[in-house]
Amino acid sequence: MKTGTSFSLKTYLLIVLMVILGPLGNVLLGKGMKRIGAATAWNLAELLHFLTLLSRSGLVWLGVACLMAFFAAYMLVLSWADYSYVQPASAMAYGMVALLGHFLLGEAVTPLRWAGVLVICAGVLVVGHTPPRTTEIK
Amino acid sequence: MAEEIILLLLIVVAGTGGELCVARAMRAVGPATEFHPAALARLVLRAARTGWMWLGLSLMALAFFSLLEMLSLESVSFVVPVTALSYGVGALGGKVFLQEQVTGRRWAGVLLVCIGVGLVLIGKR
Repeated sequence: MKTGTSFSLKTYLLIVLMVILGPLGNVLLGKGMKRIGAATAWNLAELLHFLTLLSRSGLVWLGVACLMAFFAAYMLVLSWADYSYVQPASAMAYGMVALLGHFLLGEAVTPLRWAGVLVICAGVLVVGHTPPRTTEIK
Repeated sequence: MAEEIILLLLIVVAGTGGELCVARAMRAVGPATEFHPAALARLVLRAARTGWMWLGLSLMALAFFSLLEMLSLESVSFVVPVTALSYGVGALGGKVFLQEQVTGRRWAGVLLVCIGVGLVLIGKR
């Protein structure tokens, strides 16, 4: 297939983007929401105040932008690659969450969790050795 | 107990079913060949015109709210590892619903990912 290499390269690039943007978006959103704090009452004035705080939070906007970019990359890659290829490959995000948690937020990661990350990486490597697309391109 | 089983089924089946429908919508739209913003916006608009996309997004929303409800009934350490089953259901869905060729090697990789996700989620506690 003439376009095979190009499709594989684009597929890898978009999966890497998904693996980075998804967890990063969640971490930024989580940090932003923690800074704002939970809404304490559900009356109109309190809700408007909460929404104003949300709209002024750079971290929340950045998190939402990352998650939107993640979904765009997901939609794009699914336009040509197998779902049964993309879904397990994107599980590398669990490894990214552990790394971000450990190095950015200073969270303790248990040996069992690191073992899980290694098993996921092994699984992704095995899936990565199968062709990204097994159906006809219309 | 019946409520928990229904909710778990919704989390795994509706969540993965939703993603499969989104995949089907993107398959119907055709592979993206241009990557400038206008072409990407056109692609998203074309996808938004397919019924599969809206069905997929609705199923994903149903799975999300089922997860929230389930978390109010059971502990996170029980609920979240179950989501690892989605990878098995996803591979099966890809084979049956999208006619993808899921080879023995791909199944082996999916199984490893399922085990790994389970370990990561259990290791959180």
